[in-house]
Amino acid sequence: MLKVLMSQTSGVECAQPQRHEQKKLLTKPFIFATFAVIVLALVSMFTGVYDIRGQADGMEMFFITRVPRTFSLMLTGAAMSMSGLVMQLITQNRLVEPTTTGTIEWAGLGLIAVYLLFPAPTLVLRMTGAIVFSFLGTMTFFWFLRRVKLRSSLIVPIIGMMLGAVISAISTFVGLVFGMTQNIETWFVGSFASVQVGRYEYLWLIVGITIFIFIYADRLTLAGLGEDIATSLGVNYNRVIFLGTALISFAVGIVAAVIGNLPFLGLIVPNIVSMFRGDDLRSNLPWVCLSGMGTIIACDILARVIIMPFEVPVSLILGTMGSVVFIVILLRKRKLT
Amino acid sequence: MSKSASLNQLTLRIESNVQDNARLARAFRTRKEERRYWIVLLTLISLGVLFAYGLLVYNNPVPVSSPSFIPVVRRRLVAVIAMLIAAICQSISTVAFQSITNNRIITPSLLGFEAIYSTIHTSTMFFFGTTVFVSFSGVDSFLFQVVAMVLVCLILYGWLLSGKYGNLHLMLLVGIIIGSGLRSVGSFMRRLLAPSEFDVLQARLFASVNNADAALFPIAIPIVMVVAFLLLANAKKLNVLSLGKDVSTSLGNKHQVSVIYTLVLVSILMAVSTALVGPLTFYGFLVATLAYQAAQTFDHRYIFPMALAIGFLIITAAYFFMYHVFNAQGVVSIIIEFFGGILFLIAILRKGTL
Repeated sequence: MLKVLMSQTSGVECAQPQRHEQKKLLTKPFIFATFAVIVLALVSMFTGVYDIRGQADGMEMFFITRVPRTFSLMLTGAAMSMSGLVMQLITQNRLVEPTTTGTIEWAGLGLIAVYLLFPAPTLVLRMTGAIVFSFLGTMTFFWFLRRVKLRSSLIVPIIGMMLGAVISAISTFVGLVFGMTQNIETWFVGSFASVQVGRYEYLWLIVGITIFIFIYADRLTLAGLGEDIATSLGVNYNRVIFLGTALISFAVGIVAAVIGNLPFLGLIVPNIVSMFRGDDLRSNLPWVCLSGMGTIIACDILARVIIMPFEVPVSLILGTMGSVVFIVILLRKRKLT
Repeated sequence: MSKSASLNQLTLRIESNVQDNARLARAFRTRKEERRYWIVLLTLISLGVLFAYGLLVYNNPVPVSSPSFIPVVRRRLVAVIAMLIAAICQSISTVAFQSITNNRIITPSLLGFEAIYSTIHTSTMFFFGTTVFVSFSGVDSFLFQVVAMVLVCLILYGWLLSGKYGNLHLMLLVGIIIGSGLRSVGSFMRRLLAPSEFDVLQARLFASVNNADAALFPIAIPIVMVVAFLLLANAKKLNVLSLGKDVSTSLGNKHQVSVIYTLVLVSILMAVSTALVGPLTFYGFLVATLAYQAAQTFDHRYIFPMALAIGFLIITAAYFFMYHVFNAQGVVSIIIEFFGGILFLIAILRKGTL
């Protein structure tokens, strides 16, 4: 933040904003980071128990499971970290992301609702349910934030998580009444183990969402300044908030239906990026996408290697490491304020 | 409770006392409210006792004259005593916790006791295997768990609360995050266990009033009694603490010290309750909110008994109806959580500030 301010004040003689000259995307660090993510992706493609080079159908297997898995990792990594970033902008709170707002629990409730209404729902149906409910849930949370006056920014995630606990109590209740607790439990552990050709393609929709977020980046940044400032700068605040929430819910809903719950990714990635780069959404977005991809690929490789013939769900690795990073961020924040 | 609201309450109380021409500041605005309080309290207690009695004898499969009647009642008595302990622990600790955090929305179960509890068990199994795990039960293990949970809380929250940057909300948030991190670690370790070990562990992790271990009562009951008594004796100080840090400091209270002292007592109660009957997230919240509604006062000397009565009534009534009316045994805690959660949402919206 400070760096950005300083670089802008040093160019004070030109009144016009100089962003595009000052923040070129293809800087050396960015190219280096891209390269690192590509290397990670390659490592991910060649990690696994099945010997793809020794066996006769190795190449076939490679394209049936390994390539889809790596792509879905990259897509979900980008989706979750971007939705975290957008959420943080909209709520003006650094500690908000799909797991700390109850959005994930709402998506779970949506899945249960779909299972209740349709006996054997297709993936599209489940996705629609998750998307609709996470939209409703995120809107509810924002509505709560507006209704309720808060005395501390730290209380926002507390309320979000309690809201999530209420929703998951409802889910458990419904699940118990209709005998579906097993479904909920398996769903709440996000894992990429079942990803293969034919079961992940909907994740490509995330590319569209990413493009949308890139187009709306500046407007979302303005909305992040608060309703009054955004309105006086000529932004239709409510529409931007609505659109942002819709985009997040789309991303979270798709990931929830296809993969499951991935905790803390949306929180740690944007926070770390903005620690280094300040708060401009448009120039941070590529970085956030890239670091999100890198983080989740690294976690997934770890999840596959750690008990080698088997694998643990990546959400457990993310949950463990994410909570540590979250606490470090919190404590740093306490030193700064 | 916001500071201005509580100050308003204080002035209100003073004004009404002036109107009453009473010389002492009393806990109730009018004599009518005081009378109402006692009537409500007595009704609730008798209802709670009635339901407890119902749980003991209603629908007993053997006739009263049979010699096996008493053993059946004794078997059920264990569950009722567990309910009583849970009610005492949860209601008193939630009320005290809400006062020191100066916030009526928060419950101490946010601090991640249940995660610490299951992590202790899981890691015993993970690192030492089944033999040690099975022998790690009974009184020693119970004491060890309680001490470990309290120590973790004391170190962590003492550290987070002390010093220049001490912040209650930060402490809560860190507690929640540690809880969810530990849950991940625990579930990670459980994945690596052999299925037979996992079965043994799973049986232990599902604590509820129905499989509460009667052998632990001789230790649990004295601990709960002593700690609850200490908190009750501290009621006047809690009245001051609930006015917020600034006011309580200027009234001559060592705020930090009192907060940490109360927090230790609260964490002991929560640890005992979790180790005995398992996690309950919104039960304490439900009880405390209803207690404030029913008592119409902010004086802890009156809130505590009311919370106790309500807590016992809720848990016994819920179990009674679920067992004997709806015949649905497993869902009691989920029902309580469900209603507690709904009430939580309503409370936030009605209050409008946090």
